[in-house]
Amino acid sequence: MTKPDPTPSIQRRPSDDDVLLTLRGVVKHYPIKHGIIFKTEIGRVRAVDGVELTVRRGETLGLVGETGCGKSTLARCITRLFPLTAGSIVFDGQDISRLSRRELRPYRRQVQMIFQDPYGSLNPRRRIGSIIGDPFAIHGVADGAERKRRVQELMELVGLNPEHYNRFPADFSGGQRQRIGVARALALRPKLIVCDEPVSALDVSIQAQIINLLEGLQDEFNLTYVFIAHDLSVVEHVSDRVAVMYLGKIVELADRDQLYGQPRHPYTNALLLAGSIADPDRARARRRIILTGDVPSPVDPPSGCRFHPRCPKAQQLCFDTEPQLQPEPGDPVEHATACHFPVAPGEDLTVLTPGIGSAVDQPTEG
Amino acid sequence: MALLQVRDLTVSFRTSDGLVQAVRGVSFDVQKGRTLGIVGESGSGKTVCTQTLLGLTRGAEVGGTAEFDGQDLLTMTSAQLRRVRGARIAAIFQDPLSSLHPLYRVGWQIVEMIRAHERVSKPAARARAIELLDLVGIPQAASRVDDYPHEFSGGMRQRAMIAMALALNPELIIADEPTTALDATVQAQVIDLLQRLRDEFDSALIIITHDLGVIADMADQVLVMYAGKAVEIADRRTLFYLPHHPYTQGLLESIPGSAGVNEKLRPIPGQPPSLINLPSGCAFHPRCRFVMDRCLTEIPELRTVERGHLSACHLPLDLTGLGSADDSARQQAADAGREKIG
Repeated sequence: MTKPDPTPSIQRRPSDDDVLLTLRGVVKHYPIKHGIIFKTEIGRVRAVDGVELTVRRGETLGLVGETGCGKSTLARCITRLFPLTAGSIVFDGQDISRLSRRELRPYRRQVQMIFQDPYGSLNPRRRIGSIIGDPFAIHGVADGAERKRRVQELMELVGLNPEHYNRFPADFSGGQRQRIGVARALALRPKLIVCDEPVSALDVSIQAQIINLLEGLQDEFNLTYVFIAHDLSVVEHVSDRVAVMYLGKIVELADRDQLYGQPRHPYTNALLLAGSIADPDRARARRRIILTGDVPSPVDPPSGCRFHPRCPKAQQLCFDTEPQLQPEPGDPVEHATACHFPVAPGEDLTVLTPGIGSAVDQPTEG
Repeated sequence: MALLQVRDLTVSFRTSDGLVQAVRGVSFDVQKGRTLGIVGESGSGKTVCTQTLLGLTRGAEVGGTAEFDGQDLLTMTSAQLRRVRGARIAAIFQDPLSSLHPLYRVGWQIVEMIRAHERVSKPAARARAIELLDLVGIPQAASRVDDYPHEFSGGMRQRAMIAMALALNPELIIADEPTTALDATVQAQVIDLLQRLRDEFDSALIIITHDLGVIADMADQVLVMYAGKAVEIADRRTLFYLPHHPYTQGLLESIPGSAGVNEKLRPIPGQPPSLINLPSGCAFHPRCRFVMDRCLTEIPELRTVERGHLSACHLPLDLTGLGSADDSARQQAADAGREKIG
């Protein structure tokens, strides 16, 4: 197994030492096997390849990136839905990365997850009262009338009618189903909730309802969220800090306002300008950085900086050496970027943009 | 005259649960060289509307007219429709994987499409397919033309779909959520491409989406649908900066970042209605902030607010726009309206 060099940990302000979750060099590789009887490993999908991250108590850490960048795998590593390939995860002072299933049970009460698909994440044959009551049953917390009372309390809390206790998931719309998922995640009063694209399957008006619900619950129960989404405006709205992932690595990590105001990594810049803006004048005024091509395969990631084949600023150094995630000169220590040639404030990347084929080689004009 | 004139289109489906009124009287025009954006939430009827124009809603009860270049698409025989579809009206669908046949090579599928409409030799059609793939930005088109769809990435598949749609220089392109399945950076590429191609070929474009960001980027004219009806039609800037209908206003306020990053979002309360059991009067009234007694009984007609701006709402026409000052004015108007009836 190749051991990826862990990026140096980021210096923290002394006031921010109330850390709930620490990830050190977290690696998750999926083997690709070939053969029927004698399975030999012919490659590895490097889904998460050395992630260093801390999550503070009570904050919302946004995690953005495109399909296949490893953000959902990272979420499943944090919740320990499967074992890590390497690295460690420390939650509230305890290393949970090597615990057995049995030893993990207390941890499971404190860390819950909300999933993207409100259709796939609820068993269609079970009544929602029993779905929401599952955590109580599994952990032996409450049963009988007590369980029902607590489930109905939860339903009320997330804005469902407690009288619908005996209905099936099919009787509910997408937004209501997502509320059921939220109620189930809240049942054991966890400290950390990992939200994996909790609103991307919902319509805009319903999406806003769920975001407000999650924010309200965070204030009420002092929850910590790891909030994964590909929609940058949603992440900007909910997050305190934001980490940008590309091909299994974090390429930029900063306070929300820092990241959106002064993105240093060329990928972050392109991502922010690519996101849709629901404002015609601003949409026409911006100049998009049209990146060439697609995200490369994580089976065989590019050498050096993984973004170099698509990067408008790439040079020989990017091809040879992998950049470390560290604060760039002039940035606050909180703002770490993994780039050899970070984007200077005011720099125009569009002039460097290579085209994607002959038809589309000029930047968008307003 | 407009290239496509849809008048009072109604589409309903008989199901075991009752009659689903998916589209309840929608009228719009599409001009040559212009982009019409149709926006609405799931179940608002935006997709059914355009699929009906293409004759793809089998078993539906369809009413109204849809004149394309003087011919009514809704009364055409399937043979006539087949000649129009693909050649003169092309469609790009949301999911590029399920719109391409997985067992045939991408190039073959484009060739088949060309040869279904024109008498050209196979090599000539193949050369055209390569040219088209190159045009939409597929690298090494000459060799990729023989790839199967699974060898293409999501963005490339969507581009292959666009290439196929463009193959016969259609006068009208209907793109149904063309970027929804794509990542942000790839979405930017596809939007850029669609705009460039529309300008180059001077085609008309209908973009159907739930993403107001795509609308803000691409549409000249915007139609907002709610529960099978057009509730507001306006040009892009009017719709975003001076909307009249409370639903449009609610949609805009639901977008994160619309009111400033640290502001709480203002979602539209409640759920979209069932199309089997529609609310009385204005279908939006159970979710509307400004509901008046009249809204419960009278279905609002689409009225002209100002030139080119139509809205189906009982609120006085001089009240438009976002912001709390306008909201209180609207509230007063709503109260006044209630008193008048009471």
